[in-house]
Amino acid sequence: MRRARCLAFGALLALAACGVVWNDPYPADEAGKNILYTAFIDRPKHLDPVQSYAEDEGRFIQQIYEPPLQYHYLKLPYELVPLTATQLPKPIELEGGRFTRYEIRIRPGIRYQPHPAFVEANRHLAPRVIARLKTPYALPLGTRELTAEDYIYQIKRLAHPRLHSPIFGLMAQYILGLDGFAGTLQRADARPDAWLDLRPFPLEGVELVDRYRFRVTLKGRYPQFVYWLAMPFFAPVPWEAEQFYQQPGMAARNFTLDWWPVGTGPFMLAENNPNARMVLVRNPHFRGEPYPSEGSRADRAAGLLADAGRTMPFLDRVVFSREKESIPYWNKFLQGYYDSSAIPSDTFDRAVRIAVGGEVGLTPEMRDRDIRLSTSVDISIIYLGFNWLDATVGGASNRARKLRQAISIAVDWEEYISIFLNGRGRVAHDPLAPGIFGQRSGRAGINPVTHVWKNGRAERRPIAQARRLLAEAGYPDGRDRETGQPLVLVLDTVGRGPGDKPRFDWFRRQFAKLAIQLEIRDTDWNRFQEKIRKGSQQLYILGWNADYPDPENFLFLLNGQQSRAGKQGENSSNYVNAEYDALFDRMKNMPNSSERQEIIDRMVDIVRRDAPWLWGFHPVTYELSQSWLLNDKPNNMARNNLKYLRVNVERRTGLRREWNQPVLWPLVAIFALLAAAVLPAMAIYRRRERMAARSA
Amino acid sequence: MPFLLPSDYLVWLLVFSVGAFAFYSGRRPHLAAPWARVFRGRAAMAASVVLCAYLLVGLLDSLHYRPKLPPAEPGAPAVYSVEVHSLLDRLLTPLRTHLEKTYSAPLATRLYQKEQLESADGGLRRDFPRLRYGGAHLENESERGRDIALRALAGGAVGLIAWIVCVALGRRTLVRRWPGAAWSSAAAALAVVLPLSGVAAGLATGYHVLGTDRVGTDVLYQALKSIRTSLVIGTLTTLVLLPLGVGAGIAAGYFKRRVDDAVQYVYTTLSSIPAVLLIAASVLMVQVYVDTHPALFPTSAQRADFRLLSLCAILGAVGWTSLARLVRGESLKLAELDYVQAAHAFGVTHTRVLARHILPNVAHIIVITLVLEFSSLVLAEAVLSYIGVGVDPSTISFGTMINAARLEMARDPMVWWSLAAAFVFMLALVLAANLFADAVRDGFDPRVRIGPAGGAGT
Amino acid sequence: MLAYIVRRALYAIPILIGINLVTFALFFLVNTPDDMARMQLGVKRETPEAIEKWKAQRGYDRPLLWNAAAPGVKKLTETIFFAKSVRLFALDFGRAEDNRDIAREISTRMWPSLALALPVFLVGLAVNVTFALGMAFFRGSALDLWGVIVCVTLMSISTLFYIIGGQYLIAKLWRLVPISGYAGGLDAVRFLILPVIIGVVGGLGAGARLYRTLFLEEMGKDYVRTARAKGLAERVVMFRHVLKNAMIPILTGVVVVIPSLFLGSLITESFFGIPGLGSYTIDAIQAQDFAVVRVMVFIGSVLYILGLMLTDISYTLVDPRVRFD
Repeated sequence: MRRARCLAFGALLALAACGVVWNDPYPADEAGKNILYTAFIDRPKHLDPVQSYAEDEGRFIQQIYEPPLQYHYLKLPYELVPLTATQLPKPIELEGGRFTRYEIRIRPGIRYQPHPAFVEANRHLAPRVIARLKTPYALPLGTRELTAEDYIYQIKRLAHPRLHSPIFGLMAQYILGLDGFAGTLQRADARPDAWLDLRPFPLEGVELVDRYRFRVTLKGRYPQFVYWLAMPFFAPVPWEAEQFYQQPGMAARNFTLDWWPVGTGPFMLAENNPNARMVLVRNPHFRGEPYPSEGSRADRAAGLLADAGRTMPFLDRVVFSREKESIPYWNKFLQGYYDSSAIPSDTFDRAVRIAVGGEVGLTPEMRDRDIRLSTSVDISIIYLGFNWLDATVGGASNRARKLRQAISIAVDWEEYISIFLNGRGRVAHDPLAPGIFGQRSGRAGINPVTHVWKNGRAERRPIAQARRLLAEAGYPDGRDRETGQPLVLVLDTVGRGPGDKPRFDWFRRQFAKLAIQLEIRDTDWNRFQEKIRKGSQQLYILGWNADYPDPENFLFLLNGQQSRAGKQGENSSNYVNAEYDALFDRMKNMPNSSERQEIIDRMVDIVRRDAPWLWGFHPVTYELSQSWLLNDKPNNMARNNLKYLRVNVERRTGLRREWNQPVLWPLVAIFALLAAAVLPAMAIYRRRERMAARSA
Repeated sequence: MPFLLPSDYLVWLLVFSVGAFAFYSGRRPHLAAPWARVFRGRAAMAASVVLCAYLLVGLLDSLHYRPKLPPAEPGAPAVYSVEVHSLLDRLLTPLRTHLEKTYSAPLATRLYQKEQLESADGGLRRDFPRLRYGGAHLENESERGRDIALRALAGGAVGLIAWIVCVALGRRTLVRRWPGAAWSSAAAALAVVLPLSGVAAGLATGYHVLGTDRVGTDVLYQALKSIRTSLVIGTLTTLVLLPLGVGAGIAAGYFKRRVDDAVQYVYTTLSSIPAVLLIAASVLMVQVYVDTHPALFPTSAQRADFRLLSLCAILGAVGWTSLARLVRGESLKLAELDYVQAAHAFGVTHTRVLARHILPNVAHIIVITLVLEFSSLVLAEAVLSYIGVGVDPSTISFGTMINAARLEMARDPMVWWSLAAAFVFMLALVLAANLFADAVRDGFDPRVRIGPAGGAGT
Repeated sequence: MLAYIVRRALYAIPILIGINLVTFALFFLVNTPDDMARMQLGVKRETPEAIEKWKAQRGYDRPLLWNAAAPGVKKLTETIFFAKSVRLFALDFGRAEDNRDIAREISTRMWPSLALALPVFLVGLAVNVTFALGMAFFRGSALDLWGVIVCVTLMSISTLFYIIGGQYLIAKLWRLVPISGYAGGLDAVRFLILPVIIGVVGGLGAGARLYRTLFLEEMGKDYVRTARAKGLAERVVMFRHVLKNAMIPILTGVVVVIPSLFLGSLITESFFGIPGLGSYTIDAIQAQDFAVVRVMVFIGSVLYILGLMLTDISYTLVDPRVRFD
């Protein structure tokens, strides 16, 4: 008995000695294959290109759906290049600028991924066939060529009565006839369970020229429209797919276009289990796209051009695993089971060291593992806004402005970034994110209200100046000069759970520097939205993630026409300044030029002085990738990045084995401990039996 | 200006009623006897010393006030801060106000994180900066070891003296009054608690004994503040649980028929709903109420307090069913007894029968259940806070501490002290409560058996 | 017997109606349909029209409990309550707010939950009984004392610590098992070892201590004394009499939780990334997807009531004196 146990244990040890890894989370038959492993945190809500807006959904569908345009993978500042289109469409002005027309010509010969919807018989299935279906791909598969009509079909879907496109409101302002088209479809949509074929309904602003060409007509000028053409909202959707998925019984098995995309891109979704695992496989009909051959010198040095001109994609499969908790996520990356990872801020110190002078490097531990680090500033901003409608902090009065300016100085975002983000942010001096046209860097880019230029860098003004401003605003030492009451401000924020306490403490401390008492009201997203919508908040924290890299997409957040409380817009501060609004109207439809820069400078000056926001910071993404992952460059706009990536599988297999040798002594120790507990038990047992025998 | 929060009133109400009950039962031997049995146990005595220490901290933390602001100009009417402090905050003022920038290890003199520092010659280097308060009195950091030892010794000595005084006083008064209790183990427990507190206090004068958290708050301070939250949840819940459980249970067992059917229906329905979900929904509802009525809760302390109280109420409303079931069973039996039947025959009113015969005879079940509930409630708080339906995020509690500390485990070098502090303080509390509960159960009724209390959670 | 079961099932109906009313009231007091719409429609660019459309599509544009505008019976049926809650009785669970079919989701997520909960339950029961039997056997000795101390300490530690500590030591430092994740089939074993160990250790304290008192109580009974007096070895007394008789209250006591095993464990599943019903529920709470939460409450209650019925039945099986009346 004991010998058997020893033998078993010996076998375990032997297994470990020959390098068997015990903690591999992937099935054994995937070993050594050309697969990329990565993780997702939140389950995607929509994979239908007309509905999906969130970044984490984009990670899936942008690999599958192909809009006419895309962003260049390597170039900065961001540049649009054709994807399925033959060239970038040029706006043509009609009737002296009353209308603008874009003509888009797509490449011939592009084919859809294999999909049952392209087989006529599959669109008229018997209910019992559907009821037994495990995956749509179990049916006979077909394909067809991509035509301009598919793009038109998708634009019509923006107004679909049963779908909710987040950009419908915006597009209805521009695309000719889209507004009324929604009403037409609404009236035509009589049978909610049946397929609503959009093809017979004409949409005035969209016109088919021939098999490969279509035109979009906009009301007025809207130069930013081309950016939308690079988003999945304008990707082609074949009508066959809608008809296929609308068959009764499909939805009950979760077979909907919202969950099973049909596209022309390099990958197709083969396994769809948003609770655990999503798998993309290479689309066998993909036309093949050459890897970009233009890039900066730094890109060349980083080896990002080594594959120039080779046919993409390089991967056979991409496995996304759901990872809700950050600790397992990070540890699996360290064990080599994920090929790339964003760094959770709590593990930052372990991975990254900031060298003298501020440049970022990896810790020796990471460097030993040849892990690479890349950073990029997000095209977004996190800010703390004042409500312009509030009696104390809002409005154009001198008193309120000085109060806002004083607070702007006091809240030390540099410290926030260092404590909570480990430096993964850049202090904002105005609403524009770095890399956007109009944003100025260096000395010209500092906000003179809060910072001064000293020793070649921006330095926050001393707190004494803030106190002086506060006194001028009528609150010496944080007390109302007339009543003597302490100044109490209320900050509304969306709680993310009990971990928020340090952040709240920190904000309170910033205001305490001015002896202002800060009340933090932590609510859920709905309640927060409701307050903002009513304009009843005082201070609030929000962020904005840009849709496209144009200054208009940031500056409109302060446009009086966009006021949230009055007009349901995106200007949550309800800031109004007539001069700013006039400048905005001039700036928004201009091409990038020195004149536009000048207007933007003036706009930025106005809002800096008025200080309706504390400008907060622009988050910076730090991404780590394993040494076996090639061609990896973070790009905040080009989200269809998987086709560019390549994996050195042999290297990965070797390193994973090296890094994951199990530690066995604890097992030995636990067995020894158990044995040690059994011995005295045996002794007592013997004694008792003996005593029982004697007494009997 | 004193500014008692609603939970303060309730805590003191509870303290006084428990005191009154103790005084009342002290006069009646049949009530005092089981307690005498409880305190004869060595473990129970040691546990009650630990519980008393926690209670002391919790009570100090339940006397709130609003500090007076320095007058803006002489002669101006007094103005009070909107911040609410407690007596404990006052006592721990250095711990509360000595804030570092971010993490520092226990007893450290330097931050846990490197920073860009300007050296004397104007150049930049990256190093661990000195703390603002922890060990700031040291001219030379090499003296740290000696300084720590000295302070610990001094603190320990004071603790020891306090222990000697306590033992001497106790021998004269308590031991003479109640000679039967296991005083020696109480003294032994005190011999651990007092010198340890002495050492901690001695060190806390110059260092962060348990380090600091992400925004530089002292972890010892947080651990001490968490105690009140735990005690409030563990005890105030009974204010809801007790009347509901006892009332419904006795009514069902005594009146039977329709009343019994109704009570059984209600508690089967309630206990069928998974507790966590019920709690989650109720807590969300409370939060909506708070958010839509900001005028009722002008300060964040009041809001947090309301949330804490409603959490107690919700836990009580969810948890009364098990008590009701036990009480119902016992009352069913009691109602059939001869002397109760005889009382009916003599035309004694229901109220009188209930008060005279039924209630006193289910009292032991009530006491045992309440003591057992305590520890499971403390544990439940941590889990609920993890899911995000526990106390207000601004309330310091073991749950919020664990939650924040959980993420720090991934840091390397690891930030272990927050988690360790929460672990030790929580373990000591729950362990003492469990030991005490055991003794109470044995003392009151060795035959009564109660399954593991089905606290909310896992 | 059959008649009894039918009667119990009928008795469950008013309870389920009560549960439905309670949960419905709770969730709709918290969240108006407008809130739900905003929550689901996302962060950017939501408009009042979109919210109206969302509500209309999911049937949230009707009155809550009483539709005065509708004719006849439809006054009751054309309401949110009828549409969302009463249909649960027909096991028509509807769709989650992200448009996935809830019934389908539950049927796929049930198995991972069960794969975790069943081993925890069975192994836990076996370990608890063994531990308790050992303590009872060595009652009064140092082993018993230490056993009780270990139990009390184990039950004084929060579940969160077990999970955090277990993951850190076993998965991270020693690399013995994958740190999180799940796979179907036999592969699941590797992922389940750690959560099962943690589940068993976490339940050991309370369980073993309770069973120890049960054993001790049984050992105090007359027949055991008689058996001992007959000169039977202690070992024989323990196994043949004490264990056998004490198992009756133990088993009837745990029957009630068996159906609820399907629900899984909220915390463990989310920490270990097991795609079961527990993590489904947590996700739903955090995303405020009340359609899912309502269904989970309903199912949880049904399973609990089922457990109560099983308990009653098991009593009659082990003790013929109990009759259904």
